[in-house]
Amino acid sequence: MEFLKNVRINIIGHRKLFYAISLTLVIISAIGLVLKGGPNFGVDFKGGLLLQIKTEPPAEIEKVRSVLGSAGYKAEVQTFGKRGEFILRFPSENTTAEAIKEALETGLASTISIERTEMVGPSTGRDLTMQAVTLVLISMLLMLVYIWFRFDLRFGAASVIALFHDAIIALGIYTMLGREFSVPIVAALLTLIGYSINDSIVVADRIREKLKNFGKAIPLGKIEEIFNSGVNETLSRTIITSLTTLIPLITILIFASGTTIFDFALILTIGIIIGTYSSVGIVASLVVDWYKRSTKREKA
Amino acid sequence: MRSVLYRGLVVIFALGISLWTLWPTFRFYTMTAEEKQNLSSEYLSKLKKRSLSLGLDLQGGMYMVLEVDKSKIPEDQAKGAEDRALEIIRNRIDQWGVAEPMIQKTEEGKIIVQLPGVLERQRAEELIGKTALLEFRLVADQQILEQTVRNVDETIQNLWKDDTSMVYLQDILVSYSGGLAVKESDVENFKKIIDLPEVQNILPQGYEFLLGKAETSEEGRIRPVYLVKKEPELTGANIKTANHTIFQGQDPAYAGSPIVELHFDKKGATRFAFITGSNIGKRLAIVLDGVVQSAPVIEERIPTGDAIIRGNFTIDEAKELAIVLRAGALPAPIHIVEERTIGASLGKDAVEKSLKAFVFGFILVIIFMIIYYKASGLVATLALILNLIFILAVMVALKATLTLPGMAGLILTVGMAVDANVLIFERIREELRAGKNPKMAVDAGFGRAMITIFDANLTTLIAALVLLRFGTGPIKGFGTVLTIGILSNFFTAIFVAKIVFDYFVGVKRAQKISI
Repeated sequence: MEFLKNVRINIIGHRKLFYAISLTLVIISAIGLVLKGGPNFGVDFKGGLLLQIKTEPPAEIEKVRSVLGSAGYKAEVQTFGKRGEFILRFPSENTTAEAIKEALETGLASTISIERTEMVGPSTGRDLTMQAVTLVLISMLLMLVYIWFRFDLRFGAASVIALFHDAIIALGIYTMLGREFSVPIVAALLTLIGYSINDSIVVADRIREKLKNFGKAIPLGKIEEIFNSGVNETLSRTIITSLTTLIPLITILIFASGTTIFDFALILTIGIIIGTYSSVGIVASLVVDWYKRSTKREKA
Repeated sequence: MRSVLYRGLVVIFALGISLWTLWPTFRFYTMTAEEKQNLSSEYLSKLKKRSLSLGLDLQGGMYMVLEVDKSKIPEDQAKGAEDRALEIIRNRIDQWGVAEPMIQKTEEGKIIVQLPGVLERQRAEELIGKTALLEFRLVADQQILEQTVRNVDETIQNLWKDDTSMVYLQDILVSYSGGLAVKESDVENFKKIIDLPEVQNILPQGYEFLLGKAETSEEGRIRPVYLVKKEPELTGANIKTANHTIFQGQDPAYAGSPIVELHFDKKGATRFAFITGSNIGKRLAIVLDGVVQSAPVIEERIPTGDAIIRGNFTIDEAKELAIVLRAGALPAPIHIVEERTIGASLGKDAVEKSLKAFVFGFILVIIFMIIYYKASGLVATLALILNLIFILAVMVALKATLTLPGMAGLILTVGMAVDANVLIFERIREELRAGKNPKMAVDAGFGRAMITIFDANLTTLIAALVLLRFGTGPIKGFGTVLTIGILSNFFTAIFVAKIVFDYFVGVKRAQKISI
């Protein structure tokens, strides 16, 4: 079986269309992020206390809210997993889980079992935020250097631009879906960076191979055609690989709902789709435009 | 085609070692509770040690990050504050009897405590939050200890009469380096007996039983038993400094052996001179949070407040004792800055769900590969299964811990591992389409795809290594799996798959490739 046999889609020729799509997506994501006040940082980053509780017999969410409210707690309440299971978030880490449990048990007349607690002090939260930002920037820089070294600066820069594009859109959609930004999400973003660069390199590698036939004198008139056939020849591989990576991620989304890896799989799923798109539609196109511009300037 | 044979042997060898490494893991996690009961605890703990360990998020437990508050102690003393806190916490947790606790210091000087299976948050917090209490207490003579043991046994004999299921002190005490000790497995029973009010009543006035730190003897793990005064003679507050060094004196019995030097402040020195002067020949126990750390014999009156503690120490033991003594002198408050607990049922639920996702994802990928690449898809499947075995085996060998993000990494690796195969297969197809014969197509396909695979995997490896190097906790767990996965992927997708192709097109001279 084989799909996409001998495809010749004029991707580079339509690069303005792809730029428009990407720009729109980036703007929507950026607006979404701004409207939501940035990513929805969880206790990992903000500090505070998170409790996952099970009520038996199952309590209603409004009741949980009102009991906590009248006990004087400022808490966010959210249903999670099965019926009667909730996630409670307290902005201050000074609240103790035992005190909350007691308040709920008297107010709800249900038995409460605490399934998970996460308490993070505010200074730790700040450390983690710094760590996350550094991690993402360091790996992007290292990749830029590597591609610069293996290919050229143009591919390196175009790939890193695509990475920012992927990361912003993935984070934007994820945030607009109302999901929380936690430490595993940083790991997911970093994987995404690695994965997306992987796709870009496969395309770049094929184009480099084609350019070798021309030696130093790359005919400017043929550059679009060369790049386009490079993208097309790797299209089938790019899509199949994304598909085989998406399959296990989607099985996580189906089977592992209600666990902490669900969010992780969600952002990866979004990101891989975007990353595949950008490595096909954006990276080679950016390099083509760069080539054209720099050559024009040289001539002038 | 001998090279196929040799390369095949390399793979079989690697597979053999991996399966051998994974055997304890397989055995341990597939055993039923009943089977576990029938096995000796020694064998079981050995088996567990050699199995893949699960993170707290998968088996349930408590994770804490502690910070030592150095603002209240003088600057020159603040340096070793973390080591002292570590020693105090280790001492308390050992006391509590948590199975396989992990206590470590991070590079930033924080202390990470992991307690598998522990969910008593309040108790753990109390244990860590309280200030260290270091005391010097006089130990009762050996005859008094032995007499007391006999008295206790008589008392409980009257209490229990014909109940033969109960044990006596004489049954569980063993003699150990001139004193008495109790086996670690009998500590529960020992405490039960000495806590009885009837027993408390007949103890010598003002004395109580205390246990020492666990030590290894011919009888296995034991803890020395001491009968000590309830009232401390001195506390850690009177210690100025303590450090470990090598004995420089003339005494041939101790020359060149590690010792601990101890300096008291002025008040402490006066008191110490009096205690040592009036108790020559007796033992003085150094007690930290109710556990005897060491019980040296008072050899002479020490008027200066500068004492040395000699014993059969190793350098490490001397160092530890010095830290304990300093800890008592300079207790710094410890704050919990991060705390996570996962209920065991939640962890089990996560394992079940992610395993299910893993199995389904794996099967779907295999089905897809076989439909799309036919027999070559089977080669990819073989590479994928080997990849999985190698990753898990390397994790066991490196004593890495499988966490929930690690599990996600494993699932992701399955998807990514296929990528190398897809690149190779697509290239072979192209070469075949260009009219090459199977052997040439395979060689050219692998050769060309190799460069791409190398570049592509190396960049992912960069991201994975960044995670591994700079990440903590869950991020690190994910980075571990991803790093091992990428490396093992190079081996299986390129080396192993090539052998299978070489066998069919080279040795069997197949005229067509099912791809």
